[in-house]
This record gives sequence, structure tokens and C-alpha cells, in this order.
Amino acid sequence: MSLIFLCNSEILETSTETVSILEKMMSKTLYDKLFDSHVVHEENGTALLYIDRHLVHEVTSPQAFEGLKISGRKLWRVNSILAVPDHNVPTTDRRSGIADPISRLQVETLDANCSDFGVTEFKMNDMRQGIVHVIGPEQGATLPGMTVVCGDSHTSTHGAFGALAHGIGTSEVEHVMATQCLVQKKSKSMSVAIEGELLPGVTAKDIALAVIGRIGTAGGTGFAIEFSGTAVVGLSMEGRMTLCNMAIEAGARAGLVAVDQTTIDYIKGRPFAPRADQWDEAVNYWRTLHSDKDSTFDSVVTIDANSIKPQVTWGTSPEMVVSIDDTVPDPKNAKSEVQRKDWERALHYMGLEANTPIDQIKIDKVFIGSCTNSRIEDLREAAKVVSGRKVSPIIKLAMVVPGSGLVKAQAEKEGLDKIFIEAGFEWREPGCSMCLGMNADKLESGERCASTSNRNFEGRQGPGGRTHLVSPAMAAAAAVAGHFVDVRKLIG
Amino acid sequence: MKPFTIHSGLVAPLDRANVDTDAIIPKQFLKSIKRTGFGPNAFDEWRYLDRGEPGMDNNLRPINPDFVLNKDRYKNSSILLARENFGCGSSREHAPWALEDYGFRSVIAPSFADIFFNNCFKNGILPIVLSAEIVDRLFVEVDKHIGYKLEINLEDQIITTPDGQVYQFEVDGFRKHCLLNGLDDIGLTMQHLKKIQIFEENHKKSQPWLFN
Repeated sequence: MSLIFLCNSEILETSTETVSILEKMMSKTLYDKLFDSHVVHEENGTALLYIDRHLVHEVTSPQAFEGLKISGRKLWRVNSILAVPDHNVPTTDRRSGIADPISRLQVETLDANCSDFGVTEFKMNDMRQGIVHVIGPEQGATLPGMTVVCGDSHTSTHGAFGALAHGIGTSEVEHVMATQCLVQKKSKSMSVAIEGELLPGVTAKDIALAVIGRIGTAGGTGFAIEFSGTAVVGLSMEGRMTLCNMAIEAGARAGLVAVDQTTIDYIKGRPFAPRADQWDEAVNYWRTLHSDKDSTFDSVVTIDANSIKPQVTWGTSPEMVVSIDDTVPDPKNAKSEVQRKDWERALHYMGLEANTPIDQIKIDKVFIGSCTNSRIEDLREAAKVVSGRKVSPIIKLAMVVPGSGLVKAQAEKEGLDKIFIEAGFEWREPGCSMCLGMNADKLESGERCASTSNRNFEGRQGPGGRTHLVSPAMAAAAAVAGHFVDVRKLIG
Repeated sequence: MKPFTIHSGLVAPLDRANVDTDAIIPKQFLKSIKRTGFGPNAFDEWRYLDRGEPGMDNNLRPINPDFVLNKDRYKNSSILLARENFGCGSSREHAPWALEDYGFRSVIAPSFADIFFNNCFKNGILPIVLSAEIVDRLFVEVDKHIGYKLEINLEDQIITTPDGQVYQFEVDGFRKHCLLNGLDDIGLTMQHLKKIQIFEENHKKSQPWLFN
């Protein structure tokens, strides 16, 4: 094997044990492979990484485009960029445009910048518009082996394809636009293996929350997390995207899943996928995108899939999470003084008493959507629970916001829209919506929401709003019951 | 970018773990297409009693007297002392823009979220990691002494307390160089223009589908 070319004869004469150590040294993790294959230049541990795909949205790009204009710089490779407005767009009728003048200006600024620089953009009323992390994969613009960046922390989503995907700040957006490179230090590697079968009613979202509950929101800081194990291999691409999406909530800048047949089948035939004459060569390469058998990780976490129950967050950080059959934790049991204060503050903000059973917490609003859970499979899961049932009368608003125009069309083709509407849900236009409430979709102060989004921070869904993160099936079940309920009781 | 060499400033203690970027600058202010002017809305939801919206005259808004940065003794502070995992959440660079515009030149905490940490260096803010034990000690000292100042020397990578105690801190060599000199990353990367071009040509040969 290739070992022979890299070793000198002296080493080759040594024992087989040494050879096996050397083989181990040459074994690479998926992260190593992706990182190493994009290094343009390296100096004192800081690398210039070549970027293959740059996704752009309206919130974190205006200052970057402005920077280019002021300094008279050009885009390095315009066809690496795909832009879409998603954070500010209304999810109600859009024919009359955006009512909020400040939101409108931001979206118009993106349109103008894309037009000035010749960037491909799916505008607000384009059928293909949607949340940037939904449309990238949907279009085949995210491919295995790529480096992907976007001025958005949930760029980790794209790691589901065996791509190295980082969320970046606006200065870095400008840097990638001008140089096609990102200044980056190599992260440490973490393996998170979910072994065994998931229980019925337990989804990728529950895995993500359970992992964050285990390692904490800073547990992955400085790491790239590779998710593996039989339960992960068994997930659809939608599920894998949900999992990698929330890697950032564990502090990791990148989440990864190895390429397999599921990945390749998903990509085939998508608009930005390799052409027919390139396909076999691409697939051959993609099949090498997994961690080598003997590769070692800096940190290893293994979780039994069948120990994971439907998860519900109770506090103001995604690590404040328990199973549906648990109770709200008691600050008396906190591990430290800092944590005790944190828990007390969170309980106060959330308007919850310690030791309350989770399934007794009543809710006001339900949001099914976001880059975490707005893909077709998510909508199917939720519709299955809702079908033939009604939203509880105590719910003020239950809404479904598909991740893209194409997801919406597919759902309508399958009749999911009718199931939701008949149950009492609102069926909306695609966008980020109430995940962060930059458009009109917000929680009012004190309102409690079962949300399929990714962050339960104070004020995230609206000032004073109280967010509980759950899976689409659990959000649907909560909508029907008016309080959190174990979805497994509804789907039998 | 403003260079950072030696900075001496008043310390404000923000005694919370996991302070996220939504808290540092709430989403309604991200609608701005500018890089400046975020300071008056830094920590908006904690700092004011009403609901902040872009375009409001912040001088007329009711102040939350309990919020630490509103206390007289911490007025004009330029060093923020914080707890674990500071800056977690969204990648919004508006967070360091808001801190910088408010007047902060440095944040000291036991740990930071990656993207925020990185964004600080692009904006002349020095994020410093000290052990939880030292941070604890600093919280006690700041509380005890009105007008508590620290001197931060980036070249020597030391922090000096008013009573002469010196704490060493780590900083990546490249980031230190850029911050000390106020250097623009893009200009530095452009020095490797030829290398980028060569890499790109080879990359295109081996994976042509990436360039369709």
C-alpha cells in the first residue's frame, strides 16, 4: 500500500508492530481528509483553506459587500456563491412585498448587491427561495468533500453531506468573497457515536438535544464533531442535517457525517449536482469520505440509541434539556454555584417551578419550522401526529413554516397542508420566521412556545418569549394536547 | 482596524454563564446594513425596561437600574469580565461590533464560543481566556473595589491588577500580530495570491464538478 512510498527502508525493516503504528498515524479522520485537502498555505498552525461553496443571506452580507466596494475588490469566484433572503422575509402573503421598511431595505440591499456583483440569487418570490441551509442541499449546491461557509452559525448543517461546513462572521464573509479562502486553525476531533436502534417516536432532533444535554453547550467548543453509529447511519439526509445543524449548539463549529449510499442517492439529479459525465468520478471520490478504520479522535462519546427518549428543553440554553417523562430540575441539585444561579435565572425567566413534570407544562404557541426542522420529512412526521386531530383550543397560534418553496410544494402535493390546516395550523410561506423573529413572526412577552427550532435563549423568539425546543412530532403532539405530551402515546 | 497594544481600563463584571449573541445584540438590530451604531443597543433587553426597536431615541428609554452596566461605578468601563462560554449562539459579527461601539476593548472569561472569539479579533477586541479560578478571584476584587482597573499588555501577554498581581494569558501568534498592528486579513491573504491560483487550478482538475 501507499505506506511503502512514504516510509524509508530503515523503518520498513522494523517490526510489524511499528508498521501498524505507522498505519495508524496515516489513518485520517473524515475531518482530517476534508481539512487537509483544502489547505492552500500553512504557517505556524494557521492555514488558508480554499472554500468551494459560499452561501449568502441578507443579514450578514451587506457590510461585506460594502467592504468590497469601498476597497475596490472583486469577488474571487462568483459561481461559488448562492444567495437567498430568508431571515427577514414575511411568511404571510408576499405579493405586496415586505411591510417593515427596515427589513425591506435589507432584502433590497441583498438584491442590489447580487445584481451589482453578478451573484446567483433566489429572490423572495422565486419558487426555490427558502432557508439558506435548506436550499443549499436541496439544490445540490452542497456536495460531499466541499468546504462550505455562510455567515450563519447553522452552516454546520451541511456537514451531513461529508462536507466541511463552517459558520463565519461578516469580516470572514468579505474575506472569502475577496480571496476564496478562510483563515483557519485545525480543530480537535470528536466522535459522537449513537449505537443501536432509535425507539419509535424518537428522531434526529432528540438525538441532537440528548447529545447537548450530555456534553453541554460548550462541550464541542474547539472540536469538529463526527456523528456515527448505527442510529446515525440509519437516519435520512434530513435527519442527518438536523443533527449536524445543532452541532453548533454543542459549541462545535462543524458537524460531520460520513458519505454513504444515502448521501449519494439524495444528491443524484439535483440542479447543482455533478453532470452525468462527471458523476461516476465524483461518486468514486465521495466514497473515500469517511474516517479511516484506525483513525483516532481527541474525544469519543458513545450513546445508546435506545436510551434516548423524546426531549424537551426547560430553560434558556439548549443544554437545559430533559426527557418528556422527567421533571423540571431543582437548582438545589446543581453541580456548582454558577450553575445554580444559572438555573434559578432560567426558571425565573421561563416562569417555571422546579420539579414540575414536563408533561404538565401548558403552551401558548407552536412553531414547526427553522433550518433545524422544516424539511419534508419533518413535515411528514408532524402531519402523521396531527392527522385527524385538532389543535387544542388553548393554543393561540400553531404554525407550519416550510423550509423552502420546493418543500412547500412537495408537502402540498402530498396533501400535508390540508392535514395541518384542517387541524387548525396556519400554513405559511418559507423562511426563518419565528426561529429568531426578525420578521413579523414573534412571541409576545410571557408566551410559551413548543418550537422545532434550535435556540431557547432569552428573547430569541421575541422579547420575553419562552421557548421549549422539541422535535416536529413532539411539537405537533403538544399542539394537539395544549401541553407537552409523550408523542409515543399519540402514535401508539 | 484599531490596533491593540496596551490597554488600561475599568472592569465591569457580567456574572452570567453562556451569555449568547442574541443577548449581546438582539435580532431586531441586525436589520441594519451598517457596521456601526450598535453600541446603544448592546445588551438591549437587559439594559432597558422597554422593548427596543431600531430607530428609537435610546436616551429617552427607561433604564434598568439593576443591570450591571447601568450602575454608576461601571460607567465608561472598557473591559468586560464574564463567565463560561461567552458569546455562544449565532455567528452575528454585530455582537463584537456592539461591544466595540459601546467601548469595550477586551472581554475576559474562562471560555468563549468559537465564532464569537474569532470575530472579536477582526474588530480590535481582545478576548482573553483565564482559568475559572482566576476569573472568580477577579469577580471578587472588582466587586470589592470601586474603580477597579486592569492593564492588559498584548505584546507581553500579561494582565496586571491594581495591586501588582500579574496574570499571563495565551494568544495565537497570527492573531496577536494582526491585532498589535491593526492589520486587515484580506491584505495579508492577498500576499498568497499565486498559491491560491495554483491550488484552484489543481482543485479544478481533480474535482471539476465543483466549478460547474
